[in-house]
Amino acid sequence: MRDARASRSTITLKLLMAASGLLFILFVLLHMYGNLKAFSGHDAYNEYAEHLRTLGEPMLPFEGFLWIQRTTLVVALVVHVYAAATLWRRARGARTQRYVMKKNLASSFSSRWMRWGGLTILLFLIWHLVQFSFGKVNVAGGETNDPYNLLVDTFETWWMTLIYLAAMFALGMHLHHGTWSAAQTLGLTNNVRARRNAKSLGWILAVVIAGGFSLVPICVLAGVITK
Amino acid sequence: MKVTLKIWRQPDAASKGAMHTYELDGVSSDMSFLEMLDVLNEDLIAKGEDPVAFDSDCREGICGMCGLMINGQAHGPEVTTTCQLHMRSFKDGDEIVIEPWRSDAFPVIKDLVVDRSAFDRIIQAGGYISVNTGSAPEAHSVPVPRDDAIRAFNVATCIGCGACVAACPNGSASLFMGAKITHLGELPQGQPERDTRVVGMVAQHDAEGFGGCTNIGECTAACPKEIPLDVISRLNWDLHAALRHGR
Repeated sequence: MRDARASRSTITLKLLMAASGLLFILFVLLHMYGNLKAFSGHDAYNEYAEHLRTLGEPMLPFEGFLWIQRTTLVVALVVHVYAAATLWRRARGARTQRYVMKKNLASSFSSRWMRWGGLTILLFLIWHLVQFSFGKVNVAGGETNDPYNLLVDTFETWWMTLIYLAAMFALGMHLHHGTWSAAQTLGLTNNVRARRNAKSLGWILAVVIAGGFSLVPICVLAGVITK
Repeated sequence: MKVTLKIWRQPDAASKGAMHTYELDGVSSDMSFLEMLDVLNEDLIAKGEDPVAFDSDCREGICGMCGLMINGQAHGPEVTTTCQLHMRSFKDGDEIVIEPWRSDAFPVIKDLVVDRSAFDRIIQAGGYISVNTGSAPEAHSVPVPRDDAIRAFNVATCIGCGACVAACPNGSASLFMGAKITHLGELPQGQPERDTRVVGMVAQHDAEGFGGCTNIGECTAACPKEIPLDVISRLNWDLHAALRHGR
């Protein structure tokens, strides 16, 4: 093919998905660690939230670190969603006449659920940001300017905990296949052992991250974490 | 044994197709799957009907012509090609659904026959090495490490049957490309064209309308030659290298 360019290939789109996905993994690990501060009580949790805003001062302005992080994540999100949507459209166009009968032999449930699961996470993300970041919604009707109290009020409401647990299930599934898939796309799984390791890493990250996030809402609902 | 066949019938590329049902009696479990279809066709010809068109050539599992989607699995329930599948893999009274490969890059020509020349064009776009013809060079002049030679040979068993595309929910031909990229990329003779090979093949793959890979592994499960998934990692790795080299 004349004027073929590596940068215009579907594999480059996959590479962009893998790279942005790795940024998300780093972010959710950090975010999950921060959430666990809820177990240290009201003051420790709020101090951590405040520290995120003053991190890097005086080199950075107030909230400087947070804005760098937000910008990076928004760019990564746009890239991730753009690449996913483009590849999804391609995949639909690649088989317009469907099979009468088609069996799945080797693919995991998580791998077949990547696109719908990704959309679920995206919808959840919008709600999550409205609730805890720029919107600050307290479904229990209490105060919204105290991060710890907002957290406890939220997860003492059973259906909020349910929404969050469902979202963490979707995130865990996405991480389970996404981690291995990113490793494969980055070309790091060129033999059987590396492939097995990448799949194990997918399991570990899914359980640690989704499990770690789920601990806080469950413990609030169970009355372990209280105001 | 007696089987009920549900077969995709489509008179030509332009017409719309549909599933038709045929009852076939007196099938021996020692027949190959294609012999069973031959028996059906003899019946149809005797009745004055149009026989079912399907592809086959070597009938010994090495040419890659005979791919059929059988009961939702590419090449049917065994890890082999359709021609090497035998009726002993089925039971008396079974219903067998037979469809052509479904991929917009493999248009149906008639009934179960698809046009797989998209694969030929991918090969033409880089799946080769350039050597002078004439007398063969001295084999020992280019040493090949044993493990590299074994890996290259293992993936060179790809017969280009298209089962990977047929089984892939995205209709991607990544396993096919990965097999060729790994086969040639493991050998010294494949090095000079390594960057242009991967860029050309992937560009042609995309232009043919195949989908992107999501690493879910349906391809390798359907592959009659058991090409492993790590060839796709190798394909991706080579594309990054080409990107870094500004190709």
